[in-house]
Amino acid sequence: MKMTGAEIFVECLKREGVEVIFGYPGGAVLPIYDAIFQQSHFKHILVRHEQAALHAANGYARVSGKCGVSLVTSGPGATNAVTGLADSNSDSIPNVCFTGQVPSYLIGTDAFQEADIIGITRSATKHNFLVKDVKDLAKIIRQAFHIATSGRPGSVVVDIPKDVGLASCEFVWPESVAMRSYQPVVEGHPGQVKKAVKAMLKAKRPVLYSGGGVMNARGSAELLLKLCHQLNAPVTNTLMGLGGIPYDDSHFLGMLGMHGTYEANMAVSHCDLLVSVGARFDDRVTGRLDAFAPDAKIIHIDVDPTSVSKNVHADLPIVGDVAVVLQQILDEISHQGKTHNIEALKLWWQQIVEWREVNSLGFEQSNEGPIKPQTVIRKVHEITKGDAIVTTDVGQHQMWAAQHYGFKKPHRWLTSGGLGTMGYGLPAAVGAAMAAPDEPIVCFTGDASIQMCIQELATAYQYRQKIVVVLLNNAYMGMVRQWQEMFHESRFSHSYFDSLPDFAMLAEAYGGVGLRADTLDELDAALATAFSTQESFVFIDVAVAKEENVFPMVPAGAALNEMVLS
Amino acid sequence: MRHTITILVENEFGVLTRIAGLFSARGYNIESLSVAPTMDETVSRVSLVTRGDEKVIEQIKKQLNKLIPVIKTEDISFMVHLEREMLMVKVKDSDESLALADEARAKIVDHEQGSYFIAELTGKTEKIDQFLKDIGEKNIIEITRTGPVGMRRGIEGFVV
Ligand SMILES: Cc1cc2nc3c(=O)[nH]c(=O)nc-3n(C[C@H](O)[C@H](O)[C@H](O)COP(=O)(O)OP(=O)(O)OC[C@H]3O[C@@H](n4cnc5c(N)ncnc54)[C@H](O)[C@@H]3O)c2cc1C
Ligand SMILES: Cc1ncc(C[n+]2csc(CCOP(=O)(O)OP(=O)(O)O)c2C)c(N)n1
Repeated sequence: MKMTGAEIFVECLKREGVEVIFGYPGGAVLPIYDAIFQQSHFKHILVRHEQAALHAANGYARVSGKCGVSLVTSGPGATNAVTGLADSNSDSIPNVCFTGQVPSYLIGTDAFQEADIIGITRSATKHNFLVKDVKDLAKIIRQAFHIATSGRPGSVVVDIPKDVGLASCEFVWPESVAMRSYQPVVEGHPGQVKKAVKAMLKAKRPVLYSGGGVMNARGSAELLLKLCHQLNAPVTNTLMGLGGIPYDDSHFLGMLGMHGTYEANMAVSHCDLLVSVGARFDDRVTGRLDAFAPDAKIIHIDVDPTSVSKNVHADLPIVGDVAVVLQQILDEISHQGKTHNIEALKLWWQQIVEWREVNSLGFEQSNEGPIKPQTVIRKVHEITKGDAIVTTDVGQHQMWAAQHYGFKKPHRWLTSGGLGTMGYGLPAAVGAAMAAPDEPIVCFTGDASIQMCIQELATAYQYRQKIVVVLLNNAYMGMVRQWQEMFHESRFSHSYFDSLPDFAMLAEAYGGVGLRADTLDELDAALATAFSTQESFVFIDVAVAKEENVFPMVPAGAALNEMVLS
Repeated sequence: MRHTITILVENEFGVLTRIAGLFSARGYNIESLSVAPTMDETVSRVSLVTRGDEKVIEQIKKQLNKLIPVIKTEDISFMVHLEREMLMVKVKDSDESLALADEARAKIVDHEQGSYFIAELTGKTEKIDQFLKDIGEKNIIEITRTGPVGMRRGIEGFVV
């Protein structure tokens, strides 16, 4: 059948199983928007800024397990999307973004709203395509989804010139997407798996260190839990891996790294075997490299060979998908029919219990206030029973949420880790609400971060999403203030806001419910209202202790065991 | 250590930019880069010379393979292989320089008596360096070099 490029776009998305896309129209994509108007296969969510379209698609992808999809116009629409592309790519989230482009015959002429988005996004994406001929469109869309979702997921741009949307050709759906130059490894090398299992059963002080890869490989969290129980091994998660192990499982040590728990960082510093499961030894995790896990043999399971031995040498790399490799490991353990080193593990746990007693996340909350930010997070945990979908922005509130929320399940913790993008939280919640409209969704944010994408309250209201925004308002760029206090002798250069809006009124102006909490009682009342309001979003502006700092902290460049505890 | 890496890529637009961009974004250095089509019109062959310690070279190879249009790579540095590059050099005409060219078995492809000549020379990088040194900087008007291309010895081909 003959179709226009715009119709092919719609047909391909339908065939890819797309249910929702996030976008913002403009001249170059009008033909595509016209085709969208005339179809009913997928929903289009109209955001208020292109950056938010990408973050929303990211949030949607993380919760639903499907590929995020967005559509923006050429020039400024596309350049606005760049932060979101880079963000998804750093955090390995599958996200396909369609950008409009000026008509092919104008490319290279500095035409109105022309931007070389292929050039601009080359290093911010896993791959990008310029569609030069409508006949290639279906094949390219197929490849874009394949590349975004397989191997190490990431963002992909498909740049479509306006005339390609208008031109027509016979529609041919490529049945397969075999690409000779792109064939990610899925299964772990059996010989390596065998050696890894031997090392795991022999280890006296093992630690499992899991990350975002466990989120990417659906179903692998259960296998991870099984493995740690079989080995009786402690598990720590990276920021991206939270929810990989239920927070209340006795084997869980909490997060490791710069703001990790004392027990997690001490365990990593003293272990004799470190098994990395879908994590990439980021500098916020390792601290000073030469002092990282100095006595450990390192097993690294990762689908991306470039992650292996990039920062930390892997003694035993296993390239493959986490879910597949963990299953191979479990099978091999039953095959070898031996148990772990029970006696040694007993001693190891005694040591870990001692470290736990330091209670590194402890804090004091007096009844008279001020409200401690940690208290707010813990109260939200109680009300939602650790079962909410939690998004954050970037800063202190993000770290407190990571430390204190306590996640029961995977795919419920949405935060920008790799790029650390302020402005991520609210749009990510908008995306999450499209994937799980009936679940509680909380966005923890800061007074600086929220102002980077606050316009998305309008989107949340338009689609009557029941998001609860909890603003930990310290009137500072708290994380910046903390670094200035610790490393720049308290010279608070441009990290304080002399002027902040009345957030509750602002929220009301956007159509939602706006509340302010200055005391613990007001906080309880506001939270009770928030989680029972069913009509719209609720925004709670919580006045928290202004100069609270995040601890523990491994200062940049220090070793993991050189934590500052308070 | 100097490494010569051969890369087979899909013959599509922008591949060279992706390779060059990878090197600049990650701070690896490229000594030379050359690309040309192969017998299979869908495939181009890139020859790249870079420097780095073992760890850096390992990352470079992995990062190259991670580029979507890269089909495969081969580091020929540690294999029995041949490497050649081509030079064209424009030299002020003199009997002495002509004699040096003859001695090096360079081909004179253009010559204007008493003015200049252009010599063409193919060989290992060191041979070309030596030839240029012998001619001497003050006698050279202009040079252009292709950068090395290489191939493993033996009956097997590095093809798709
Ligand atoms: C203010 C701030 C403070 C931070 N502090 C900390 C901190 O204290 N601790 C901390 O941990 N982080 C911290 N981070 C986050 C940090 O910057 C990194 O984003 C994070 O550590 C990376 O997590 P990860 O190693 O799990 O990797 P991810 O970025 O999640 O990458 C996943 C890895 O798994 C691989 N992978 C993906 N899918 C699969 C699959 N299906 N199968 C196999 N492998 C797969 C990928 O190739 C990659 O190597 C902080 C960030 C900010 C903004
Ligand atoms: C887009 C962007 N700009 C700047 C930064 C640097 N930065 C990291 S945290 C932070 C302050 C965040 O303040 P706020 O949102 O109020 O959160 P708090 O730390 O107070 O909880 C800044 C400016 C960033 N991560 N992202």
